[in-house]
Amino acid sequence: MKLSIPLSALFGIAVTVTIVGVAVLAPWIAPYSMSEIVGEVWEPMSTTHLLGTDTLGRDLLSRLMFGARTTLWIAALATMISFCLGTFLGLAAAVFGGWIDQVLSRLVDLVMAIPTLILALVILSVLAPSLTTLILVMGLLDSTRVFRLTRSVGHDIVVMDYVEAAVLRGEGRLWIIFREILPNALSPLIAELGLRFIFMVLFLSALSFLGLGIQPPEADWGGMVKENKDGIVFGIPAALIPAAAIAVLAISVNLIADWVLKRTSSLKGGQNV
Amino acid sequence: MYDSSLLDVRNLEISVAGAEPPIRIVQDVSFSLEKGKVLGLIGESGAGKSTIGMSTLGYGRGKLHISGGQVLLNGRDITQGGRSELNALRGKEVSYVAQSAAASFNPAHRLIDQVVEATLEHGLMTAQQAHHRAIELFAALGLPSPETIGSRYPHQVSGGQLQRVMTAMALCSEPDLIVFDEPTTALDVTTQIGVLAAIKNAIKQTNVAALYVTHDLAVVAQIADDIMVLRHGKMVEQGSVEQIIYAPTQEYTKALLSVRTTQHSEAPAGQGPVLEVRGVTVGYGEADILKDVTLSVDPGHTLAIVGESGSGKSTLARVVTGLLSPRLGDVAFENAALPLKQSDRSRDQLRDIQMIYQMADVAMNPRQTVEAIIGRPLSFYFGLRGQERSARVYELLEAIELPIEFANRYPAELSGGQKQRVCIARALAADPKVIICDEVTSALDPLVAEDILLLLEKLQKERDVAYLFITHDLATVKAIADSIAVMHQGNLVRYGPKSQVLSPPFDEYTATLLSSVPEMRLGWLDEIIAARSV
Amino acid sequence: MIAQRVALSLLILFAVSVVIFVGTEILPGDVAQNILGQTATPEALANLREKMGLNEPALSRYLSWLGGLLQGDLGVALTNGRDIAESLISRFGNTLFLAAVAAIMSVPLAIFLGLVAVRYRDRWPDKVISAATLTSISLPEFFIGYLLMLFFAVKFPAFPSVASVYDGMGFLARLHAVALPAFALTLVVLAHMMRMTRAAVLNVMESPFIETAELKGLSSFKVIYRHALPNAIAPIVNVVMLNMAYLIVGVVVIEVIFVYPGLGQYLVDHVAKRDVPVVQAAGLIFAVIFIGLNLIADITALLSNPRLRHPK
Repeated sequence: MKLSIPLSALFGIAVTVTIVGVAVLAPWIAPYSMSEIVGEVWEPMSTTHLLGTDTLGRDLLSRLMFGARTTLWIAALATMISFCLGTFLGLAAAVFGGWIDQVLSRLVDLVMAIPTLILALVILSVLAPSLTTLILVMGLLDSTRVFRLTRSVGHDIVVMDYVEAAVLRGEGRLWIIFREILPNALSPLIAELGLRFIFMVLFLSALSFLGLGIQPPEADWGGMVKENKDGIVFGIPAALIPAAAIAVLAISVNLIADWVLKRTSSLKGGQNV
Repeated sequence: MYDSSLLDVRNLEISVAGAEPPIRIVQDVSFSLEKGKVLGLIGESGAGKSTIGMSTLGYGRGKLHISGGQVLLNGRDITQGGRSELNALRGKEVSYVAQSAAASFNPAHRLIDQVVEATLEHGLMTAQQAHHRAIELFAALGLPSPETIGSRYPHQVSGGQLQRVMTAMALCSEPDLIVFDEPTTALDVTTQIGVLAAIKNAIKQTNVAALYVTHDLAVVAQIADDIMVLRHGKMVEQGSVEQIIYAPTQEYTKALLSVRTTQHSEAPAGQGPVLEVRGVTVGYGEADILKDVTLSVDPGHTLAIVGESGSGKSTLARVVTGLLSPRLGDVAFENAALPLKQSDRSRDQLRDIQMIYQMADVAMNPRQTVEAIIGRPLSFYFGLRGQERSARVYELLEAIELPIEFANRYPAELSGGQKQRVCIARALAADPKVIICDEVTSALDPLVAEDILLLLEKLQKERDVAYLFITHDLATVKAIADSIAVMHQGNLVRYGPKSQVLSPPFDEYTATLLSSVPEMRLGWLDEIIAARSV
Repeated sequence: MIAQRVALSLLILFAVSVVIFVGTEILPGDVAQNILGQTATPEALANLREKMGLNEPALSRYLSWLGGLLQGDLGVALTNGRDIAESLISRFGNTLFLAAVAAIMSVPLAIFLGLVAVRYRDRWPDKVISAATLTSISLPEFFIGYLLMLFFAVKFPAFPSVASVYDGMGFLARLHAVALPAFALTLVVLAHMMRMTRAAVLNVMESPFIETAELKGLSSFKVIYRHALPNAIAPIVNVVMLNMAYLIVGVVVIEVIFVYPGLGQYLVDHVAKRDVPVVQAAGLIFAVIFIGLNLIADITALLSNPRLRHPK
């Protein structure tokens, strides 16, 4: 197979790897600790504080590095829940059809009839705030979207003659799901994985920004925007830095997902050789 | 001579824009056409015949464009014209009839408005004149209630009717030339003959010139004055219709001509049936899809089930495989009734009946190699592993006449005919007693289809396997069947040994069906139409 | 068909009210405890439970809540004891005003740019538009919001950074006040709408009947106007409605950024205060708008389908 990655996807991969690397290595490479007050409030960028300081005088760069850990970790966990659950139920609905499909699909229709953010707000208004709750709510609500995609991709494959051929041969359900359907559904699902992850990062950031996600003194990128937002009216751009970090991460992952999707559609289900 | 020509194509070359190295779809094609004459463009898929047809409208699909030569229409080279010159010519001097009329009509507008659109756009008639002309054409093309059919929407009329309306649309502006692009290919054979006759009649009456693009020599022989045979974008042979049909000079043309003449000699009846369909009825009372069908096939014999769309022939295959349960009746294998539902059948019962599909592309998992595809039934039914399995896969590849290196290929790396061969090997791997062949040659070019039929016949002799051969094509039936079942609207209308089914006296439907199959000789269409109108 | 679709929407709406009610009342966790915190005295908890009717069975609480809803009685807020319906109405009006301004800016622009992308497919305008789209769907709303604020309210103070509106404010003054949040919302939905419009129109442009029209010698304009547009209206309306739904959700964050007294900020405030009746009411209103927009999209699609308008 000839591997030629377009420039945009290469850029996306490089930036994503860098951000993940920084998050993993934060305790060793961050210049200051996350919560230590090391300067005046909202100091501008300088050689001692590369990105300046925040609303309490903490080093912004260090907080950004530690914040990356929280944001990436929670988004990744929630994506995993959403993805595993959505893929499993989506494939089950596509393969078994009948009442299983009906029940699952109607349930998902119902949850999707309420905007995700609104439903999350409603649920978070009564649940005690904790990381587990947050991850579960995010993962469960988002799994509806993965379900829809997997079901429709799975359904397109189930009607193929090669699946009928396997059924006629007498193959079991597991063979059909894992050998016939999944390998052919993988590319669109991988692209979707990237998109879901981005959605989770944005979703978590929005919740934290609204004060309903990660609670202080822990910091994620959305929470940092909230902490520093009052500086904007004085012309201090501290809030924009974590916001820009989210944007850069999101663009990078989108570039990768875009490439995977284009590759898939150009193959049209054919084998990459 | 050239001066009197309506259309004069010289050294035409068509290529894909921006491709490096250059991809030429059509090379060095020249022909000319006089007023009122019909030229048939013949070839298999990839021959460039449609592309040449469309070039006379200055049009290239996708990235195709005319990269060399001249197309002179009424003495003007249209390859030199810009968009506005082309627009002045399209729909006025040349018009186009597409293969799928159903997709080519705008679903949002009434038929009449679409039929007169080009005429009005070019200011050729007043609205009243154009409507009048459209209604005349509807009548001439044999459409029912010509006065009112125009006020319908495309989805409200049948496929055959829509194809006639599309012809009326092309004729309405009184063009000098019409390009017919496989106008009857998507139709059932009994519908095709009527449309064909209508088109022929309309061409004669209006004295329009036509380019008739098709893959079916027998069809074009009825309509064309001259024929050009194309292959891989190049001209093979050009001549009058008599010369091409009765005295072809090129090997390729001869092959195309002989392709539908293979006859399978009928085997004598065997020692009792291997598979029986007993009184099968599918549906819910009034709208039964299958009505009390009983038939059987002997070991090593081929039963062809023939019918047009909606005849219920594919439904019958689903009943035999157990994917669809009949309301009444059952299926018996070697005199023992099979469980109706596929999921209730034993592994051996499943193994004994295998299936080959029409579309080989989607009948194989694109993520598996040929070895995995053919090998799976071997492991599944016989528990073969490793070396033993590979050896058997190679044997099967040999049986289907493919080199053993193909074992490592993926379906996307195979041609259409090769794919179908691999599907045959997969069915054989199960060592079945019956194979259901569902339109297995319909999606293939005629020469490739012929090879597949020969292969199937060879394998049948070697392995004594019975075929349940489902098809709409009577030429295929003659080439493979020992016995024939004719289906029409869910009924078994005629059934028996081939010699008997194809000999008179016929029932009404079989007579129509048999006489509707185009024959490779001049004057066939006229004779049939004359005979039917008596 | 249409009656059927409306009935389905009503059914979904009913089910959504159940979900919202169940979501807030039956989830694990003691609502009263959550509201008052761990330090609350048992008497205070008991009082609150009584006040919220938590001691009655869930079904009867739901029925009385639903009964109230149908009569326009949304109950009173726990935090300040005010009538919820009253506070909601003016805020709802503010939100609709903001959303409408954003829609009026974004819809024509998105459709226009989407058509430009189709017209110049695979050429630079299309590529610029698709790159901008990819970027813009990756930007969090607050990034756009604060960036606009920093530039157009602080560095070049053309618009107020806080979008305050009050009763009796003139239309133009109101428009000036919501300029930045409306602009931010426009940017949030523009890219999506553009991309989907492009895809919808391209889908129609690739139909064989467009080729038929071109081969009749019609001008590009007539091909698009007469043949593509009648078939593209339904998908475009669908795109617009989906994005309006998206916009309604985007309003929540944007309102918080610009401290705009709308429904979104009202919801977020009371989620933080755990004021369940307010959250239920506001959440339900968002859901009603969302379902309503989807209903309009579906009905348009039904109405513009010739197969349904002119049955066989």
